[in-house]
Amino acid sequence: MSLNIPQKLESEIEELITHYPEKRSASMMLLHALQEHFGYVSKESIEWIAKKLELKPINVHELVTFYPMFRQEPAGKYVVKVCRTLSCALGGSGKLHKHVCSKLGLDAENHGLQTSEDGKFSVEFVECLASCGTAPVIMCNNEFHEGVSQEKADTIINQCP
Amino acid sequence: MPKEFRLILKNADKPGYTPDIDCYMANGGYEALKKSIALKAKETDDGKTKTPQEQIRDEVMSSGLRGRGGAGFSCGLKWSFVDRRSGKPIYMICNADESEPGTFKDRQIIHKDPHQLVEGMIISAFANDVHLAYIYIRGEFPEGARILNKALDEAREKGFLGKDVLGTGYDLEIHVHRGAGAYICGEETGLIESLEGKRAYPRIKPPYFPAVLGLYMCPTIVNNVETLCAVGHIMNMGGSEYAKLGTPRNTGTRIVSLSGMVKKPGYYEIEVGKATIGELIFDDAFGGGLLEGRTLKAIIPGGSSAKVLKAGEKFQMKRPNKDGELESVEVDLLDLPYDFDSLMAAGTMSGSSAIIVMDDSVDIVEALANVSAFYAHESCGQCTPCREGSLWMSKALNRMTSGKGRKEDADYLTHIATNIQGRTICAFGEACSWPVLSFVKKFKDEFEARGAADEAAQLESNQKGAVNSAN
Repeated sequence: MSLNIPQKLESEIEELITHYPEKRSASMMLLHALQEHFGYVSKESIEWIAKKLELKPINVHELVTFYPMFRQEPAGKYVVKVCRTLSCALGGSGKLHKHVCSKLGLDAENHGLQTSEDGKFSVEFVECLASCGTAPVIMCNNEFHEGVSQEKADTIINQCP
Repeated sequence: MPKEFRLILKNADKPGYTPDIDCYMANGGYEALKKSIALKAKETDDGKTKTPQEQIRDEVMSSGLRGRGGAGFSCGLKWSFVDRRSGKPIYMICNADESEPGTFKDRQIIHKDPHQLVEGMIISAFANDVHLAYIYIRGEFPEGARILNKALDEAREKGFLGKDVLGTGYDLEIHVHRGAGAYICGEETGLIESLEGKRAYPRIKPPYFPAVLGLYMCPTIVNNVETLCAVGHIMNMGGSEYAKLGTPRNTGTRIVSLSGMVKKPGYYEIEVGKATIGELIFDDAFGGGLLEGRTLKAIIPGGSSAKVLKAGEKFQMKRPNKDGELESVEVDLLDLPYDFDSLMAAGTMSGSSAIIVMDDSVDIVEALANVSAFYAHESCGQCTPCREGSLWMSKALNRMTSGKGRKEDADYLTHIATNIQGRTICAFGEACSWPVLSFVKKFKDEFEARGAADEAAQLESNQKGAVNSAN
């Protein structure tokens, strides 16, 4: 099975590879690029990257299984990451996470990333997002939100088109 | 009155201040670079010649600047270890992984004043004959990566970066490299492995000191964002002037990330050692005190891996008396000056200068369970004591917070932690065991009481169960 990679993305990838004296170094940036484009890292993406960087697929696959941000399954259109680490926990992130889960019909006790039935939202309880002074914080895709009350979380979610 | 001293953040929060290069230059930006790169070789008193690069390195050495990432190691000394005779290229990496829980200072610099980092990095690269450098930014900062890429483009356009920097013949390229959510990439050798496109398994030292065998087995300098920014200011004001800020051996300014249960959490830049922990928490210039009706229970003084300090704790410290002789005095936790050496003398560390405040409403067992869950999640898995031990500790604490604790769990936790620290390739072993050792030691009564209460409750329910089944 082959991947359909648009010309523009492929030339961006070619450019990224030039940033490094050794091609292997580009693997994380390529994983980010393909995950952003396809929503996840498929087996085909791993093979494509490996070929591009003259690596064995395992060299790329072992990164996907090591770095928490890479996922091997598709996620919802919007991925909501709720910070669970200490300062956010002191600021009520446990309740916030429960609230977001129940709003989207998900079970807060489940481990890892989970996706709402309609496929629109995924929720993940993640480690420190480095904004401990404005706890609790969440990310909705690349958008970062601080001082998130339950009402604010509702607004953020409701405003996702 | 203690107050903020803004050097690195002097512009960041000014109304109308934007992250673009024109705004930065209108506020004196890139003058330090122009000054540094225009330096001429200089004859010293003993007839030797100092290159411009050596002069910059001398300034950094005399500034007393210590790394702002966590270890607090002398930046000048770190640079002096770089193997300049190997014939291999020298690389520089800015550590923008900012992954120690409690820390959010580099985020401010990157988002609000990215050119300050770019300028500091160009000067530092020039001073160390670096021609290729990277900013390793944590994956959770996609916006930060975008801002930095834009800043680098702007710097290239103005001739501060790329081929022939400002017409001097010096070439430098800087690229942004994104991490992907792994805490261990903040450890410099793990970061290097990650930048090589591998799992971030830290390397054993010796022999893999980055200054000699770093990126692609070449000499490599890894510096924190704030450290590199400070280099720009050192070149602006001169190393000896910079050294007048702060306190002896703890020079310059430092951005303190204050979080947890205070009225005004946030980032506060201080002269190192010129504010005490008590002032940072209670003074209106900083945290503004605890929430209404609460009392202080504990603080974590340097990011979540630093040993916890308990309210009311006293420390024996050496202080000069009025005749200048050192004498031992008792210092309360709240009177500890917030600097590298005082925190070390108190048996903990200022680490990444992140203070997490906990008041009497905090369940200390829950707090440690939270921290330990973090470390269990983030252990890279390379060394057995850490991979297994961090998870055992987290599981035991999870048991304690779900009603299944045992009285001996306090000793059990200490036993595991003692067997991790010092037995791993990198300092993560300490990072995961220090919180456990210090929380359990200083709040042992709470841990034992929790375990005992759980045991009693379990016994009672077992007896009920036995009675029920007998009936």
